Amino acid sequence: MSYNGYITEQRIDGADDGPLAGRTVAVKDNISTAGVPTTCGSAMLDSYVPPFDATVVERLKEAGATIPGKTNMDEFGMGTTTETSAFGPTENPAAEGHVPGGSSGGSAAVVAAGDADMALGTDTGGSVRCPAAFCGVVGIKPTYGLVSRYGLVAYANSLEQVGPIAPTVEEAAQLLDVIAGPDERDATTRDPDGETDYAAAADGDVAGMDIGVPTELVEGADDAVRERFWDAIDALESAGASYHEVSLPSVEHAVEAYYVIAMSEASSNLARYDGVRYGQSGGYEGNWNETFAAAREDGFGPEVKRRILLGTYALSAGYHDKYYKKAQDARAWVKQDFDEALEEADVLASPTMPVPPFERGESLDDPLKMYLADANTTPVNLANLPAISVPAGETDDELPVGVQFVGPAFGESAIIRAGSALDTL
Amino acid sequence: MSNSPVDTDEVEHIAELARIDLDEDERDLFAEQFADILASFETLDEVPEVDRDPDLTNVMRTDDVEESLDREAALSNAPETEDGQFKGPRVS
Repeated sequence: MSYNGYITEQRIDGADDGPLAGRTVAVKDNISTAGVPTTCGSAMLDSYVPPFDATVVERLKEAGATIPGKTNMDEFGMGTTTETSAFGPTENPAAEGHVPGGSSGGSAAVVAAGDADMALGTDTGGSVRCPAAFCGVVGIKPTYGLVSRYGLVAYANSLEQVGPIAPTVEEAAQLLDVIAGPDERDATTRDPDGETDYAAAADGDVAGMDIGVPTELVEGADDAVRERFWDAIDALESAGASYHEVSLPSVEHAVEAYYVIAMSEASSNLARYDGVRYGQSGGYEGNWNETFAAAREDGFGPEVKRRILLGTYALSAGYHDKYYKKAQDARAWVKQDFDEALEEADVLASPTMPVPPFERGESLDDPLKMYLADANTTPVNLANLPAISVPAGETDDELPVGVQFVGPAFGESAIIRAGSALDTL
Repeated sequence: MSNSPVDTDEVEHIAELARIDLDEDERDLFAEQFADILASFETLDEVPEVDRDPDLTNVMRTDDVEESLDREAALSNAPETEDGQFKGPRVS
């Protein structure tokens, strides 16, 4: 079955030895690879070839990994279905006729199909966790600042992190071990304190673990998703964990706050595509503003235009306080809510996505519907926290369901430990 | 509904600010979609003012000359160059 997981299949060899020697790690096509095209799923960059490697790519090569190619994605990471790619949609290898989730849908699909051992995705509002959940694999969104963004083509830099996707929690943790750690080329990276041998944390030992369940993130989910979620909590209880319900009133506003912030940052970040230094120029006649606007009409797809325009609007005079400032208040509130809940719990658990995978084409005509599906993932990016999505079985219609664990800042070992207890489900 | 409706003229104005040409169909579709999306953003009005306590410190390094991308590599993706520089359209 051709599910269109890769945009470019071109092999990049790593070092002979290292923790990932003999393993293939596919890389999302918004992460720079020297000499190998990096399109971000956009016609704007269809012939762009980076002259340098992203830090995470350097680390993969040093660790001995082989990169088999660059994976398909929603254009510039803007989507929840991997249908906004200029290179055609990716289909879900684990659920025929359905989307793989997004925006790192190609990365999750190649892992689910067994065409790569592991993959890197990027997560701005759920773009690693959503496709991991929809394709029945594991995905980790690291704490903001754990993994370098140098060489990641920016969409919304205050929210995004590069994260691993793999068939099991332990393998995802091994990949995180390779890419994590400070980088002088990304001033937002930090040296994490505490337990940082992530693969060793995948020991399934949840005896005595206290799990908080935010009611707001469970109530809104489909019945079929909720059933699998409570099955997973039951399994963790059997393994010695306990749970209590918590309330996070702020998360009711998280999706809206996320989109205002992400779109605002996107409108600024994507201003760089002027067709002069790189990208499509179209060769138009006229002055700078006219040629710039014509090249961008050609190069960007509808979802990217929608977000740049809405972000421009939210930052424009007279609306800045109404939208952007309010969204920043909501972000601070979400962060406060999570920090308080995590004082009383080791990890928080919820369904990763409130719904099973959409049918292909289902959400394309209704952007707001697609945005609202990010209700459980976006709060974590707003709060800068780490989260993992782990498979929790399938619905009666054989559609994959994922469970998400959220931990305190730089508490990756706790979410990996919780997730690894479900590896054997 | 939104109390700041966006009509097609407003969409056209934003598109000008963002330097993206739109055709008529896109303009009409966006005006319709933006009404719904902005209406959902209005719910942010219910958010209380929060004491923001950003845990930030400046990270500085010494200003040493280091190796960087060479000129040829930096220009390698440019559609047009001249005398080792990017060539852009006229400014006005």
